[in-house]
Amino acid sequence: MYSKDDVSYFIVDAHIALWDGRPENQRNIHGKQFIDCFYDYHRNLSPESEVWSYEEYLYYGAERLMNDLFRDGYIDYAIFQPVNLGEFYHRGFSQTEESFALATANPDKLTYNHYFDSRNGEAGLDQLRADAERFNLRGVKLYTAEWHGDSRGWKLDDPWAYRYFEVCQELGIRNIHVHKGPTIRPLDRDSFDVADIDHVATDFTDLNFIVEHCGLPRLDDFCWIATQEPNVHAGLAVAMPFIHTRPKYFAQIIGELLYWIGEDRIQFASDYAIWTPRWLVEAFVDFQIPEELGDYPAITTEQKKKILGLNAAKMYDIPVPPELQLPAAAEPAVGPRGADKTAESADHLVGA
Amino acid sequence: MNRHDQAYAALGTVVDPELDEPITELGFVRSLVITGDDVEVHLRLPTSFCAPNFAYLMASDAKDVLVKLDWTEHVVVELDDHHDSDVINTGLAADAGYRGTFGQEAEDSLDELRVTFRRKAHTAAMERCLTELLRVDPQRDVASLGRVQLRELPDNQTTAALLRRRAALGLSVAPTELVMVDHEGHGYASDDVSLALRRARSTRISIDGNAHFCRGLLRTRYPEADHAQTPAFVPLSALTVTH
Repeated sequence: MYSKDDVSYFIVDAHIALWDGRPENQRNIHGKQFIDCFYDYHRNLSPESEVWSYEEYLYYGAERLMNDLFRDGYIDYAIFQPVNLGEFYHRGFSQTEESFALATANPDKLTYNHYFDSRNGEAGLDQLRADAERFNLRGVKLYTAEWHGDSRGWKLDDPWAYRYFEVCQELGIRNIHVHKGPTIRPLDRDSFDVADIDHVATDFTDLNFIVEHCGLPRLDDFCWIATQEPNVHAGLAVAMPFIHTRPKYFAQIIGELLYWIGEDRIQFASDYAIWTPRWLVEAFVDFQIPEELGDYPAITTEQKKKILGLNAAKMYDIPVPPELQLPAAAEPAVGPRGADKTAESADHLVGA
Repeated sequence: MNRHDQAYAALGTVVDPELDEPITELGFVRSLVITGDDVEVHLRLPTSFCAPNFAYLMASDAKDVLVKLDWTEHVVVELDDHHDSDVINTGLAADAGYRGTFGQEAEDSLDELRVTFRRKAHTAAMERCLTELLRVDPQRDVASLGRVQLRELPDNQTTAALLRRRAALGLSVAPTELVMVDHEGHGYASDDVSLALRRARSTRISIDGNAHFCRGLLRTRYPEADHAQTPAFVPLSALTVTH
């Protein structure tokens, strides 16, 4: 909970991790390159006072996580969105057992989402069933750019992926978080490309697809798809820290998202531990779209409340004190048009 | 121009397709050494995991423009500190081409990728020009932007950039051509102009944002890159209302 100027905000951090990037866990040079890349994101976009040492960053452990999120960070509830990276790390990058133990010990504060990889075929489906039962899964985090033997990526609309989504439907795994953003990219398949989201969102209307990093740097393609598919949501991980280094750019991202997809489908996330939530929450509550950006209306306190927590709380049935709840807004003027017809006829407006 | 300057100028014609800026201005050229008729260039990128296809594209374009200079004999282009450095550098040395470099992994050619980003670059350049007009005259009816011709644009960098992007797509740059066209040169019906401009704006914001992120990461990774980068050619603030 964060309060300022007599206004209280219920905060959900929809994207956190507990990783181990230490040398003894690195399988090869790529393990080092990956954590170094994260550390550069962290150093580049954090305020100087919030920068960790490299040693701390490699592995920070459960106690520090609880402190950074729930004691220092104003977070009421957080969701683990792990990534395996078995080709880079002996015991995986995200620490499943540690994260799940933490979620089990703190059911009022944490949910553990797991992952699957549709290239694991039938065996992977069995594993997904077992994982769903063990972790009581409500959601999964998918990292389609993950390397797997000779393969450097998969797509959500691959036939095998459809089998997995059918099993998700059967098991009640409703929330599909998809990494569409920086870091690993497969060779031909542009892992930023959000076109596959369009297909699965149409074919699995009872699943939510949360596009992490809101498709940056394909914000334009993402907005266009999300405006047509009411079950596509924007996760703000990676976009958030621009609020400090590039506030005008951040204002334009938020302005675009509010315009195209509306205030009910945007979720705050720190992407902990790439960044820590405290300064992000404080900055977002203080944030206003500069008047000089004449294209966007001012962001309202209600919109901030929804983005900071109410939207994710609704998706995950996280209890919110009644006095902090808000009703849903009308859909934005541009969509979803209920109107694939309009969307199709407007497809010639696509710039590229 | 001495040979070093000639080679550097040639490298300045190689653009990062995603950011739509020359690799020299982005600070991606780490070193350039001329020894007699031989040239050796080292490139660097913001992260180890920058897309290998884009990385290859820039590196092979760099080699091509240097080989084309009439005095160069032996040209070496190497990409440093990338997860695919070995593969890419071996392929470049052997002039193996994209498919030859990546083997079975390379299912597609790079042409489609190039075309996609040329179109995006054009869309963004067009939006910058039209938004400038709106800034000058905020009362202007947005739908009327669909009828603006190239000759009505001011003679400035933004317009010059649009003309270059049009030429790259094979679109006419005749003064009476419409500014607001799709990648095939078709204009927009009056009713579609507003939404099309909104979409173009999201494309421009996407590209600008990438450039901020990539430039910043390069400086974090290679602190000495700070002085090698020239400022982005359209600062974000240039497209905001001035009071």
